[in-house]
Amino acid sequence: MFDSIQASLSHALTALRGRGKLTESNMREGLEGVRKAMLEADVAYDVVGEFIERVSVDALGAKVLESLDPAQQVVGIVHRELVGLMGPVDHSLHLEQGRTTILMLCGLQGSGKTTSCAKLAKKIKEQGRGVMMVAADLQRPAAIEQLVILGRQIDVAVYTPDGERDPVAVCKAGVAKAKAEGISVVLLDTAGRLAIDQELMAELSRIDKTVGPDQVYLVVDAMTGQDAVRSAKAFHDALELDGIVMTKLDGDARGGAALSVKSVTGVPIKFIGTGEQVDALEDFHPDRMAGRILGMGDVLTLVEEAQKKFDQDEMQKQEERLRAGEFTLEDFKAMLLQTRRLGPLGKVLGMIPGMGGMKDMLAGADLDNDMNRLFGIINAMTPQERRNPTNIIDQSRRRRIATGAGVALNEVGDLVKQFDGMSAMMKGMAGLGLRDRMKEMQRIQGELTNPTGRLAKAKGDTGKRLTADQRRNQKKQRDKEDRRRRRDSRGS
Amino acid sequence: MALFRFGRSQDDSEKEIPRTESTSPESDQASRPGFLARLRSGLERTRQVLVTDVRDLFKREGRLVDDGFLEELRRVLVQSDIGPSATDAILADIAVRYRARVVEVETVLDSIRSGLLERLRFKQATLTLATSGPTVILVTGVNGSGKTTSIAKLARFLSRDGKRVVLGAGDTFRAAAVEQLALWAERLGVEIVRGEMGCDPASVAHRAVAVAIAGNFDICIIDTAGRLQTQANLMQELSKIRRVVTKQLPEAPHEVLLVLDATAGQNALSQARGFQEAAGCTGIVLAKLDGSARGGVIVPVTEQFHLPVKFVGLGEGADDLEPFDPERFVAVLFETT
Ligand SMILES: Nc1nc2c(ncn2[C@@H]2O[C@H](COP(=O)(O)OP(=O)(O)OP(=O)(O)O)[C@@H](O)[C@H]2O)c(=O)[nH]1
Ligand SMILES: Nc1nc2c(ncn2[C@@H]2O[C@H](COP(=O)(O)OP(=O)(O)OP(=O)(O)O)[C@@H](O)[C@H]2O)c(=O)[nH]1
Ligand SMILES: [Mg+2]
Ligand SMILES: [Mg+2]
Repeated sequence: MFDSIQASLSHALTALRGRGKLTESNMREGLEGVRKAMLEADVAYDVVGEFIERVSVDALGAKVLESLDPAQQVVGIVHRELVGLMGPVDHSLHLEQGRTTILMLCGLQGSGKTTSCAKLAKKIKEQGRGVMMVAADLQRPAAIEQLVILGRQIDVAVYTPDGERDPVAVCKAGVAKAKAEGISVVLLDTAGRLAIDQELMAELSRIDKTVGPDQVYLVVDAMTGQDAVRSAKAFHDALELDGIVMTKLDGDARGGAALSVKSVTGVPIKFIGTGEQVDALEDFHPDRMAGRILGMGDVLTLVEEAQKKFDQDEMQKQEERLRAGEFTLEDFKAMLLQTRRLGPLGKVLGMIPGMGGMKDMLAGADLDNDMNRLFGIINAMTPQERRNPTNIIDQSRRRRIATGAGVALNEVGDLVKQFDGMSAMMKGMAGLGLRDRMKEMQRIQGELTNPTGRLAKAKGDTGKRLTADQRRNQKKQRDKEDRRRRRDSRGS
Repeated sequence: MALFRFGRSQDDSEKEIPRTESTSPESDQASRPGFLARLRSGLERTRQVLVTDVRDLFKREGRLVDDGFLEELRRVLVQSDIGPSATDAILADIAVRYRARVVEVETVLDSIRSGLLERLRFKQATLTLATSGPTVILVTGVNGSGKTTSIAKLARFLSRDGKRVVLGAGDTFRAAAVEQLALWAERLGVEIVRGEMGCDPASVAHRAVAVAIAGNFDICIIDTAGRLQTQANLMQELSKIRRVVTKQLPEAPHEVLLVLDATAGQNALSQARGFQEAAGCTGIVLAKLDGSARGGVIVPVTEQFHLPVKFVGLGEGADDLEPFDPERFVAVLFETT
């Protein structure tokens, strides 16, 4: 998410760190790097200015220069200020008891309102409450149909216009229906509009006045540039927002808009959208975000996601095997498969502390593809070889495996070598809980800079020795995997 | 992937779109009231903020160009989303020329304008059409940028020129994406080829092109699902759609348009890179320029990726599309009267 700020800031701060003694002038220089990084990340110009001002005042005032580890202190101050800027946050939807709560979503065209509406509905439904969505976008072709389809997907009722020609009337009727049916929460999906479109902004105000929503959320695209503050402010002026949902953070958007919008409107960012699927909604955590920004990795998010998605039985099994010191390539593969379930490998790596840099190194490399190659190699092994690769796999076996997997000979060797490092590491972690295991990985990763070393290798240096036939096979395999993955990731 | 096709010669196989009365910006002002007026009102807000900002810096007759002034100017430039490097370069240029001198607002605006124009480098970029057989236009971009709506606008734009248009509903993923395009097709009275939800978009593209060939259509515009440039598998899917189309018609797709949202910040650079690599873009449609966003990011995008902006989107209706003209864009953006 904030990877690029993270990379740039890390770089700037490493420069600070490397100098040993910090002077006022090289601190300013370091902060200049921070400023640039923030601007490139689309943080609003004025917000950046204030931020740097505050940080430098704090840093100078805190007698940072005289402290033992001044750079560390500056990092601490930058971090604290970032958290301050993006927080405090309140994830509560403030749902009422005993009466229908009305939530309204608004925002610019295409920001992700309708999708977020369905995501929120799903989330609320999972809390055991009755939900209804109201299709109040009468503007965009097939907007109603879109919400109806999403409603069907998550099994939530959708109120569609019943003769009403005006969004205000639709909202009114939808809310009335929800109330009559005793539905706990009703969500209003409004049409996208420009913040400068006075007529449509007035329409929003009319909806606001007519139905009196309990919560009004602005949906903001994470890729937004400097305009984010202008439009957020206009929506805030018109409606008094209660929260922000920031969407499309699953890409490489630097997400500076998050910082800007929060600091300019004072409205908390409540949730982030991390995909097109209806379950790709997460709580926003300023401390985690700030941690990410500073290259500390988003351990907690990873842990949470892992706990949700890791197959508990499989974990248990692995746990026992680790304890017994029986970690094999089979287990390694199972682990990789579980990791993949968390999402694209790039995203997962970015969340592991200290791996932010590695992720950058891998930029452009096709991680998932590389992972498939690893699977290919492991699949080409006999069960015995998988259990004890280090001792069993000799030159001739290596050749057979390489041919079977359609990879170069040295790739097999690399995998075995890595497995050695990996299994030592894994044995050390036996018995630790997931969270501790993550921490442990952070510790170990210093020693084992390259836990998935093959992946980190420059692309292309292994492929040369393959015959055309092998490449064709490989490609076929890859295509097959792609299709499978597409099904998996996009399937309903 | 070296599919990027900018700079190929306009040889006999392809010719420029003929500019008829109704589509030429020059005649626009006369025949279709409004190009300038509409672009103006679309950019009104932008211009106001930007120009007001610049003018605000000139409270007195002229201003001394010093660090303070340059910093104020930086703020204005950064806020237009043109990005740090273009900002730095333009400021450096102004500093070199005018530092320690007292200058008029017009002088500074001229400098900014010419700095931007130099970066936009492309004059008027037009659509590349096939000399014979259908012209295939593939439309790509991140989620919600304005692809489907821009396709409707393009279809209108081209059918106004007397072209017969067929649309391919290649977004088989997003809820009601097909219905959305189908509604547009109905409104515009153009043909549409649709696929089942969830089916392979390349197969829809294939059928759309086949229909275009068999039915002697002039234009085939293919919609694609929004995707983020970081999603490797989805980007590969785009490459595949492109390949499938090329197999049917060796010169197709004649255009691969990247639809950028004018509100986008510096991430648009990453978008351009990703989509260019996967789909070999030939041009940009800058949508939603009717808002308060300046769309300034097209400056570094054009500069770095040699991608000309071909059209701008100025609203949600089918008529809200205009050919992009950098001179005019910059002139209107910085108009001082
Ligand atoms: N990758 C990604 N895509 C998203 C996310 N949220 C929404 N989208 C996609 O963004 C596009 C626009 O989303 P919509 O929900 O239709 O946006 P909207 O704000 O309702 O659009 P209008 O009603 O036209 O103003 C769709 O392709 C969505 O699938 C997200 O968090 N990540
Ligand atoms: N104001 C304005 N709105 C626009 C413009 N172009 C598109 N829109 C609106 O932006 C929203 C998204 O447009 P779509 O055409 O659905 O975008 P898309 O890229 O096809 O979206 P996905 O297919 O979901 O990725 C819709 O509400 C459109 O009406 C424009 O030039 N100006
Ligand atoms: Mg919508
Ligand atoms: Mg679309």
